Amino acid sequence: MDVTLPTTVDEAVSARADAPDAVLLAGGTDLMVAVNAGWLNPTAVIALRSVAELGQWRVDGDQLVVGAGVTYERMLREGLAASSPGLADAARTVGSPQIRSAGTIGGNLGTASPAGDTLPVLVALGAMVELAGPDGRRSLPMQEFTTGPKRTALAPGEMITAVRVPVASGPQQYRKVGVRNAMVIAVASVAVVLDGDRRSVGVGLGSVGPVPLAAPEAAVFAADAVDWSAGGPVLHEVDAAVRFGELVAAASSPIDDHRSSAAYRRLAIGVLAERCLRTACAPAVGEDAA
Amino acid sequence: MTSPYVLTVNGTDRTVEDAWLGESLLYVLRERLGLPGSKAGCEQGECGSCSVELDGELVCSCLVLSASAVGTRIVTVEGLQPERGEFTDVQQAFVDEGAVKCGFCTPGLIMAVHDLLDRRPEPSDLEVREAISGNLCRCTGYGRVFAAVEAAVAIRRAGSGVEATT
Repeated sequence: MDVTLPTTVDEAVSARADAPDAVLLAGGTDLMVAVNAGWLNPTAVIALRSVAELGQWRVDGDQLVVGAGVTYERMLREGLAASSPGLADAARTVGSPQIRSAGTIGGNLGTASPAGDTLPVLVALGAMVELAGPDGRRSLPMQEFTTGPKRTALAPGEMITAVRVPVASGPQQYRKVGVRNAMVIAVASVAVVLDGDRRSVGVGLGSVGPVPLAAPEAAVFAADAVDWSAGGPVLHEVDAAVRFGELVAAASSPIDDHRSSAAYRRLAIGVLAERCLRTACAPAVGEDAA
Repeated sequence: MTSPYVLTVNGTDRTVEDAWLGESLLYVLRERLGLPGSKAGCEQGECGSCSVELDGELVCSCLVLSASAVGTRIVTVEGLQPERGEFTDVQQAFVDEGAVKCGFCTPGLIMAVHDLLDRRPEPSDLEVREAISGNLCRCTGYGRVFAAVEAAVAIRRAGSGVEATT
């Protein structure tokens, strides 16, 4: 096995061209599990730890650009959380402190598990995934990037360099259910993003379909139900959050598997979505604060 | 077999020779560098027994490809002690409070608690629970571990420094 430690994206891309079978190593939280267990014995590893560009994030106008090598731990710190509270919420639910110090947003995308915690947030935010490969750079909308369970639209030799999302201009929520709070893979998860500038709502669903799903009908319903004229978004209709949850559940496409049943996932995703919208908006008129 | 590489462990440069490049940092620490303090539990990042610091961040050494850790600063549980045979304040608190039973998870917990208290000298109960949520202990039920963290906080608050004595 060869281990290469490139320092730039160009070096990483050409290392990949030199060794087409090489695997990319970011935080190692997925790859090293497979290597340790003997499921994977790569002939070459390109370790991305030293690629400076991947470890950076910046605000570019009203956009936030997060390098693929930014760890979950850093999403919780450094003002990144202020620019994207939804990503911070999701990052906080990943694994343990040890996993959050190692795992990266690029790794979450590359692994493309339907349960990946940042992915519903990226769907809700309408993220663009930035890529680099032998033919140069391009970017893809988040929903075109994931093509199936653990499958992506990455072309041969291509790598993820960053994600681009709008800087938050309203409340962002991420909620997930699993068997405990820490070290858990989502049984169902939902991100709800309220964009005060555009007066729009974004919704992303995890673990209830082969890829992270959007829920466009639910999102349009919520955007209409929310009163944007006050300081922050307000829900006046008592039943709007409940209806929103129903629409989210209808948009889900869960299956029975070893972690849960489809029926429970459909129920849970609706309840989580309802809670997200309730929390994101001030209590509706005539409703008890809950 | 393959070219040697150098790791900086507990402030010392250590050469790793004749190693398969797919080895985890945990394996290299234990089997090649004679540092068995980090324990091999699950080898999939679930149990926390192999926790080390890499450039100041708490990570599972089983999930670090050893050959990719060239140029980083690695601190293991052995590196916390100023002198061999002495305890840190956190280790002393674990002994005093009976937070060690079989002891397998203890080095990882010690690393996690040092990481926590270095960042948050006065953590809330929830912060303590979150900080050790990646460290599985099947003996203590965690009650004595929480007591040990409380004791370590008290030791630091009293200003008795790193080298607490019995």
